[in-house]
Amino acid sequence: MIHPHGGRLVNRMVSGEAREQLAKRCDQLPKLALNQRELADLEMIAAGAMSPLEGFLTESDYRSVVNSMRLANGMVWSIPVALSAKSDDHRQLKSGDEVALVDEAGRALAVMAVDDCYEVDHDYEAQMVLRTNDDGHPGVQYLQSISPVYIGGTITMIRRPEHKDFVRHRLEPKETRVLFSTRGWNRIAAFQTRNPIHRAHEYLQKCALEVTDGLLIHPLVGETKSDDIPADVRMRCYEELISKYYPSDRVVLSVFPAAMRYAGPREAIFHALVRKNYGCTHFIVGRDHAGVGSYYGTYDAHAIFGEFEPQEIDITPLFFDHAFFCRVCGNMATTKTCPHGKDEHVFLSGTKVREMLGKGELPPAEFTRPEVAKLLAEASG
Amino acid sequence: MVARDPSEMVTLKIPRPLYERLGQLIEGTGFRSVTEFATYVLRDLASHPPPAQRPEKELATGRMTDAELAAARERLRELGYL
Repeated sequence: MIHPHGGRLVNRMVSGEAREQLAKRCDQLPKLALNQRELADLEMIAAGAMSPLEGFLTESDYRSVVNSMRLANGMVWSIPVALSAKSDDHRQLKSGDEVALVDEAGRALAVMAVDDCYEVDHDYEAQMVLRTNDDGHPGVQYLQSISPVYIGGTITMIRRPEHKDFVRHRLEPKETRVLFSTRGWNRIAAFQTRNPIHRAHEYLQKCALEVTDGLLIHPLVGETKSDDIPADVRMRCYEELISKYYPSDRVVLSVFPAAMRYAGPREAIFHALVRKNYGCTHFIVGRDHAGVGSYYGTYDAHAIFGEFEPQEIDITPLFFDHAFFCRVCGNMATTKTCPHGKDEHVFLSGTKVREMLGKGELPPAEFTRPEVAKLLAEASG
Repeated sequence: MVARDPSEMVTLKIPRPLYERLGQLIEGTGFRSVTEFATYVLRDLASHPPPAQRPEKELATGRMTDAELAAARERLRELGYL
């Protein structure tokens, strides 16, 4: 089975007596309440999904990631996974201190051994990571909403965040690895999505499955921008489609708890590395992966993989061009495989689909399977 | 070289072809006998914790203990994945 990024699946969860002792100690520690993105990051770090990270980035790692897409030790890591201060007290934290990381209800989830507390330039981070400072970019808006003081250090989780949704679909990396191994899969393609599934996505997934043993459909269910289709609707679409059009012994549907950064190319690298930790060997990268608006070029998320040696990434990216149904070909195709003009292609933007659903119209069957269209219509109605 | 007290030494039996092969391997290496070479290799091996003392073992699934592996399989069964 493929090795996790860095060679070892991180496990920062503690159990038994050690957990009891740490939980008791939390009462005496300063508290830091995490926002939704940080909660998701915490859970993923603890479970090894962000291996080799063992905590939130320290200053040296943060600056290295922002400037060169590598941790301070040179390992590829494209997205800052940072914890922001929430009060003036947090700004005083220093190396050797401990802080209890709590959820919005004040429940202690983890203890962080603080390595450093440092100030960052959000404009610079946005420009480097998101390639823009534009206020309209949701990632820029996030940075503007948090403190420019970050706290770095190793975390130890004593309690997982409470989840009431997708409980049956929450698998940690060690579990997906056991699952793939038990099913005898050696080559596993991962599909990341924050959108409902249309025929184009189905086409890419099935193309990937043609050259692998199994498919992990891994919809992101962490925080997204308000006009994205809600995760519960997307999951219903996937469940419906998988039950009717996918070979159940070749597909795993599980949720990816991360928040969207909308960082386009950099997030494509991040999404790929993290899926390697889940045990996947291949990663599907479509057009404008993790993009938003027109901030990134259509295939920037393909090109960025060329900035690294393949063995540094060590999960095989499967690049796909823009996919659609072609009326002349009479099948799904991409700009790479179809010789016909745009007029023959059935493709709708997300905005157009939302407009149609808003008017009570269903997208055409060449674009969206009727079962999915019905679910989307019900959700929007 | 200080002669060792024979009572501190024991004899290990290995197949003769292996003994002869090891003899060929140490030619020109500085090891003066198969015994010296075998002692060196075994000391090196023994400097690592034996598998029984390691809480983790290497599995195709990553480094998981037997208990963790069983728990993961049980959860996957409960969720309907297995």
